[in-house]
Amino acid sequence: MAKHRGRGVASVNYPIGMNLGGDPSQALVHATPTGKFVVTLSSIDLGQGMKSVTRQLAAETLGVPIEDVHVDTGDSDTGPHCMGSFASRGTHRAGNAVIAAAREAREVLLEVAAEELEVDPRDLELDGRGNVRVKGAPARTISVREVAQAAHFRRGKSISGRGMFLVPPSDVDPETGAMRPVTTYAHACMIVEVEVDDETGEVTVLSIKAAYEIGRALNIGLVEQQLVGGAWMGISHALFETVEPYYPDRAHGPVDFNTYLMPGPGDMCPVEIEIIERPALDGPYGAKGIGEMCATPPIPAIANAIEDAIGVRITEMPFTPEKILRALDAKRAAR
Amino acid sequence: MATAVEFTLNGNAVAAIAEPGETLLSVLRNRLGDTSPKAGCLQGTCGACTVLVDGEPVLSCLLLADAAAGRHVETVRGLAQGPQLHPLQEAFMERFAAQCGFCTPGMLMAAKALLDHNRNPTRAEVIEAISGNVCRCTGYLPIIEAILEAARRLSARG
Ligand code: FES
Ligand code: FES
Repeated sequence: MAKHRGRGVASVNYPIGMNLGGDPSQALVHATPTGKFVVTLSSIDLGQGMKSVTRQLAAETLGVPIEDVHVDTGDSDTGPHCMGSFASRGTHRAGNAVIAAAREAREVLLEVAAEELEVDPRDLELDGRGNVRVKGAPARTISVREVAQAAHFRRGKSISGRGMFLVPPSDVDPETGAMRPVTTYAHACMIVEVEVDDETGEVTVLSIKAAYEIGRALNIGLVEQQLVGGAWMGISHALFETVEPYYPDRAHGPVDFNTYLMPGPGDMCPVEIEIIERPALDGPYGAKGIGEMCATPPIPAIANAIEDAIGVRITEMPFTPEKILRALDAKRAAR
Repeated sequence: MATAVEFTLNGNAVAAIAEPGETLLSVLRNRLGDTSPKAGCLQGTCGACTVLVDGEPVLSCLLLADAAAGRHVETVRGLAQGPQLHPLQEAFMERFAAQCGFCTPGMLMAAKALLDHNRNPTRAEVIEAISGNVCRCTGYLPIIEAILEAARRLSARG
C-alpha cells in the first residue's frame, strides 16, 4: 500500500462565442448634460467583470477618464439586444459593440467641440483627462463637460453612438460540410501533479501550472482571478461534483452542501499561471475570452496524471475513490 | 405569538417583531433592512449568512431571533467607518477576492471573528476559520491571501 505520484498534461483550443444567428450583441453610449457617459448593455455582469471591462473599453475609445463612464446593464427587456453572458463571449462580442458605439459617440463629441472652438473636428483630440484640445495647440481646449452642455442646450445634438457586433455568417461547404463556426480561439496548456493513495483511492492535486493565450488581458486582475477560480472548478468537477448517488438508489444522492462534495479552502493546491498575449485580429483591443476554458483543462490533466501515477484509466467523472479502487482491483485481477 | 426582540446591531439598539420560529437572518434582512448577510442555503451548510454574535461567528439562518435578544450582533454593514473601509474589505478589494460576491459577507465576518481574536493567524488558521464558508467562484486562494494581508495591516497598526 503506497502513495503514488503522477503528472498529467492537457491542452485546450477554445472557441470564443458561438455561431447561432451571428451571435449578435449591441451597445448604446450617450453623454449626460454634465459630460459623463453611460453605456447601456443587456450583457449581464455576474461577477466575471463585464461592467469593469466595458468601462475600460468605453473610456479608452472615447478618450475620457474611466470615472466618467457609467455602465447600465439593467434589463434585457428594455436594453439593446445581447445573446447573453455565456460561451466566453461577453468581452469579445459585447466589447466590440461597446467600442463601435463609443467611436460613434466620440465623433459627435468632436463635431460639437469643433463648432465651439471654430476648428475642423479632424484637428481635435481628447487628452484622456476630460478635455478636448486642438492638436499642436494645447492652449486651445474645451472640457468635455462644456461640450456636453453646448450639445444639450445650444446645438440641439445628442452625443451618442450605436454599436453592433455580428460575426460574419459562415456558409457550410456543400461538398465537405466544413464551415467556420467562430472567428477566434483561445488556447491553454496545463500540467497537473497528483498523489494517489492506492489504499483509500483518494486523489490529491499537488500543483497546477498553466499557460493561457487569451489575446489580450484587458484587466489582468480579473483574468488571473478567473483562471484561479476556474482551476478550482476543474478540480471540483474532476474529483468531487456529481448529482448521481454513490449507491444505486437515488435516495443516496446529495441534497445539500454537506453531501454535494466540493473542495474546500484547505483542499486547494498552489496554482501558477502564465498569461500569453497575442492580440486577436477581431477582438476588442485584441482580447479573446477566458470564461469557460479555465475550468476545462484540469479534468483531462488530472485523468492523465492519475494514469501516470497508478496505471489505470478512469473514464467517468468524477474520479472518486470508489472508481479508483475498482479500477485498481480490475488491473490486479487481469494480471 | 409574535414577540418583540431587542438587541444591538453594529452598535445601535434595534427592536423588531419576530414571528415564532423566525431566524435572526430573517429578522435582519426582512424586518431591519440589513441585507448584508446572504441567504445561501437556509440550512447551515454554506456560511453566506455568517454574522457575529457577541464576537463569535454564528450562522444566522440557524439562530432563532429570540436567542439574539440583548446581545451584540455585527454584520458587514457595520464594518466600514464612514467612507473608511475595514482593512479586510480593502484587502478583499485589492486582491480580487470576490467575483459574484455572494459568499463575501460571510467570508468577511468569519475572517473578522478570527482577526479580532488573533492578529497573527497562520495560513492554516485562516483556512480553518473559513472552512464553513462555500465559495463557487474564487477558488479560495485570493480570499486566503486577502485575509493574511489584512492581518498584516492590522498588526502593523498595533
Ligand atoms: S444560509 Fe446560513 S449557512 Fe447557508
Ligand atoms: S465570489 Fe461567488 S461565491 Fe464566492
